[in-house]
Amino acid sequence: MTTRHENEVVAEEDAGRDELTAAAVTIGRRGLLRAAALGTLGVGVLGALTETLVAAAEPATTTPSGPVKQWCMIIDLRLCNGCKLCTTACQTAHYLHEDQTWMNVYTMTNAAGEDYFMPRPCQMCEDPACVPVCPVGANFRTPEGLTLVDQSKCIGTRICMNACPYDARYFNWSDPVPAPRQPFKQEPEWPVPQVKGTVGKCIECAAMLPTGQLPECVTNCPMGVLYFGDLTSDAAVNGMGATVKISTFLAENDAIVFKEEYGTHPRVYYIPGHGQDLNNNSSAS
Amino acid sequence: MTDVIIPNVGRDQSSPQETDLRAVAMRPVLETPRWWWPSIGVLTVIVLGGIAAWIYQVANGLGTAGYNDGAFWAIYEANLVTFIGVSYGGAVVSAILRLTHAAWRAPLTRIAEATALVTLPIGMVFIIPHLGDPSRIWELVWPPYWNLTSPILWDFFAVSTYLLATIVFFYLPLVPDAAIALERFDDEVPSTRVKVRKSLYRVLVGRFGGTPYERRRLNGAIGLIAIMIIPMAVSVHSVLSFAFASSSRAGYMETILPVYFVVAALYSGVALVVLTVAASRKLFHLEAFVTPRHFVRLGFLMIAFGAAYLYLTFTEYLIDGYSGTAGASAWVYQIVAGRYAIPFWIYFVAGGIAPLFIMMFRRFRTTSGVVVASFLVVAALWIKRLVIVIPPATEPLVNSPLAKGGVLAGNWGTYHFTWVPISITIAATAAIPLLLLVVFRFVPILSMAEMEELAEGHEESGTLEVGA
Ligand code: SF4
Ligand code: SF4
Repeated sequence: MTTRHENEVVAEEDAGRDELTAAAVTIGRRGLLRAAALGTLGVGVLGALTETLVAAAEPATTTPSGPVKQWCMIIDLRLCNGCKLCTTACQTAHYLHEDQTWMNVYTMTNAAGEDYFMPRPCQMCEDPACVPVCPVGANFRTPEGLTLVDQSKCIGTRICMNACPYDARYFNWSDPVPAPRQPFKQEPEWPVPQVKGTVGKCIECAAMLPTGQLPECVTNCPMGVLYFGDLTSDAAVNGMGATVKISTFLAENDAIVFKEEYGTHPRVYYIPGHGQDLNNNSSAS
Repeated sequence: MTDVIIPNVGRDQSSPQETDLRAVAMRPVLETPRWWWPSIGVLTVIVLGGIAAWIYQVANGLGTAGYNDGAFWAIYEANLVTFIGVSYGGAVVSAILRLTHAAWRAPLTRIAEATALVTLPIGMVFIIPHLGDPSRIWELVWPPYWNLTSPILWDFFAVSTYLLATIVFFYLPLVPDAAIALERFDDEVPSTRVKVRKSLYRVLVGRFGGTPYERRRLNGAIGLIAIMIIPMAVSVHSVLSFAFASSSRAGYMETILPVYFVVAALYSGVALVVLTVAASRKLFHLEAFVTPRHFVRLGFLMIAFGAAYLYLTFTEYLIDGYSGTAGASAWVYQIVAGRYAIPFWIYFVAGGIAPLFIMMFRRFRTTSGVVVASFLVVAALWIKRLVIVIPPATEPLVNSPLAKGGVLAGNWGTYHFTWVPISITIAATAAIPLLLLVVFRFVPILSMAEMEELAEGHEESGTLEVGA
């Protein structure tokens, strides 16, 4: 687990929260899934498949050599005015249908009954719920901490849409919006155009990052709500050019993660302003 | 095959046409009733219509089936569960009644096993329209692609194993029957029809000679499969529920779901067996062997499962509704009082209360009463599957409904029924009688050997109703 140290970064400013419990829940779930997989293996499948199992259970999380960027996003809810320019910028860049809101701006209600806006990209979970459920291993996690979809593998069962607690996944129910020649190869890091009959979601503009560009939504937010950053170097920047030291910024502003109790360990941190609790109990049962 | 043991059951009855077991069992194989070809024609056209609708869907995307991001699972997933579920009826009538030595089962086993044999593959076929990209379905059978932590893959393994068991369970009791049929064919004019069946039966019989030793071994094997198929069927329906339950969505994430699926499968499965037995009885004149008492017994079996199902439904909704957590309460309220209330109450009345009511009173507990009840159960349990599958798939996960002003609020997704999945569903339904008609054109509709053996008086001959 190369990702634990960033977790601790968050744990510090989440001092009031029961970080330990959340971690324990997650480990329990992963462990259980692995045990279940081994059980299946023991019952029905021959030992020759062990390698497949290991490969499937550990999607691309092996320790890389040298410092690796660990991408993250910070969303300052105090500033969002609900203009949804992030949504449309994302859709334009990735040639998405109107209802494919990879960056969705929800109108939420706070404890005082007032509306506020909440942008929701993929939370790039450290323990994603969407990855283990895919029967053909089309979802995977990159060493930089991005959860991506391999649309050349996806068969369209949609069980990942069932699993994601953040409704972050969008299906291609019809032919995708046609796209002109792209500056990047069509691959999980830049799935443009989308593929009919497969699942798509926010990729944190993975292909643009090595070129030094910020994600489209971050660049296009006129309010500077969205920060994009690297946990390894502890720095993040928003579309207005403001740079922050992630650890202190999160700690000073009491940052939270969405649905922490699900144990997914998102790498999207929210800064709540005025009693915004993200309705954190919205689906717990 | 002249050394086949042929007990003399039913042969010395007064009206040989109606009560000669072998004649009745073989009649659908040897004669073509006037309605046969027209029925095959109509059913085939309906099935082809479904295939055409599917081709349209492949060309234009799953959106044409009414799906959207606010309702990612709906009718196909419900159909998958429904059709695989009804196939359980064959296992229960045949295996459970065999293991409990309920001799009255004998005239029903072949029909029940055939029903399982045809409904299970039809259910599995729903994997295809369910997939967004069916052209890559081969990834499910190609090990390098397998991700063994996926419940869908568990489903796939479980259902495939169950299919194999169902085929074996259909085949084994057929072996002595094929031997009997083969021998009977010696007296027939060797038309093409007879010749084709003769070569089929020769393959089915293999080296089975019908000696008492072989019969004992065969019965041992059937008993073993009967024992194996019960835990197998339980696990299949449980694992089927895992695909839903292994999530954090209220309504799917239910510990009760596996049990719920198993009981629903038993309930609707017995109901479908009643329907196929009733239809076969009418169409192939099995009245001498399948009596009204059979229907009443099946009816009692059915409502026992029905009552259990009602109890599970009540438990689930009461506890989740009572919990007060936003997701679970909102989901229950939407079902009992909100946007899913109409289908839910249709299930409750038609699939929960009415069958109990029909079976409760002697006046309604007739053959037609049981058939009506079974029809209601099959239809209502399909609706109930929609009520299980659709609400959680349309649940808003980001906006808390409670924060939005009460359990009935929130931005719920909507599934729109379109002609595409409806045509495919009707086609799948038509495929059941179509395939059964074809099956019974090749194999005896009653398991002759089993009935004769029982009539010879070894097991509980007192309760046996052969020729009664
Ligand atoms: S937010 Fe959803 S889609 Fe994104 S990584 Fe987490 S579980 Fe997967
Ligand atoms: S990071 Fe890129 S893909 Fe994700 S929401 Fe923003 S623009 Fe869309």
